[in-house]
Amino acid sequence: MIPLSHYLIVSAILFGIGTTGVLVRRNLITILLSIEIMLNAVNLTFIAFGRQLGSVDGQIIVFFVMTVAAAEAAVGLAIVIGLFRHRESLNPDAFASLKW
Amino acid sequence: MPETLIFYALSGFAIGASAMVIGQRNPMYSVMMLIASFGALAGLYVQLDAPFVAVAQIIIYAGAIMVLFLFVVMLLNAPKEDGSEWDRSHPLRQPAVVRLGGLLASLLVVQLGWALLSARGLGGGVAAFGDAETVSSVRVLGRVLFSEYVFAFEATSILILVAMVGAVVLARREGEGS
Repeated sequence: MIPLSHYLIVSAILFGIGTTGVLVRRNLITILLSIEIMLNAVNLTFIAFGRQLGSVDGQIIVFFVMTVAAAEAAVGLAIVIGLFRHRESLNPDAFASLKW
Repeated sequence: MPETLIFYALSGFAIGASAMVIGQRNPMYSVMMLIASFGALAGLYVQLDAPFVAVAQIIIYAGAIMVLFLFVVMLLNAPKEDGSEWDRSHPLRQPAVVRLGGLLASLLVVQLGWALLSARGLGGGVAAFGDAETVSSVRVLGRVLFSEYVFAFEATSILILVAMVGAVVLARREGEGS
């Protein structure tokens, strides 16, 4: 029987990989992919805790996370397409005109 | 014990594939690796008695969302990022700041490990409470979804509608239409 803590460790490692990707990569699409990794790490935690507590609420929250992720991907990619049209670049450093 | 072996194989595969998502510069391969990682996570969900979520993960995540990403990568003919795009003079990339960040990150890891070791109830098997029949039943899932969570369900439908309209408006070319 696999202890709950092992699932939590896997989830923490995946979340850390996602955070590192957001901080390190210089490509808007890869940054969005890293956000998806983080969402999946949280999903794994929800399902592991739901199984531990013997309830289906964790799985239902995972469904909502999935739908929100789909909406986020659609809007985020539309924004990426708009940005690419303006600057011909996917490097986030190219979009610094709102910085003071 | 085959169960433990499958768990370690799947989680190792998921972690390795996720590391390769951020470990290379070609966004095309990143998307492919992320699909592989989602497949391994779906296997973990099956092990956790959540087969319906595993199938939804494959269909929605690997099937729909990743195809959307792949479509955009191909549409934009996304260039590979190269190391020269790094802005080395940025104040947040000074060696002292990087060292401070590394120190804080290792502190966080130590704290998380300490919390995991000192929390009670995490050591037992993950399937300690509840029976697998109830947790993996699609019937129970649907009943709870459409009774307790019906408001969130309806709110999600409005969210998807708004996201769809927003995506259409954002991706439209300027000066087109009225």
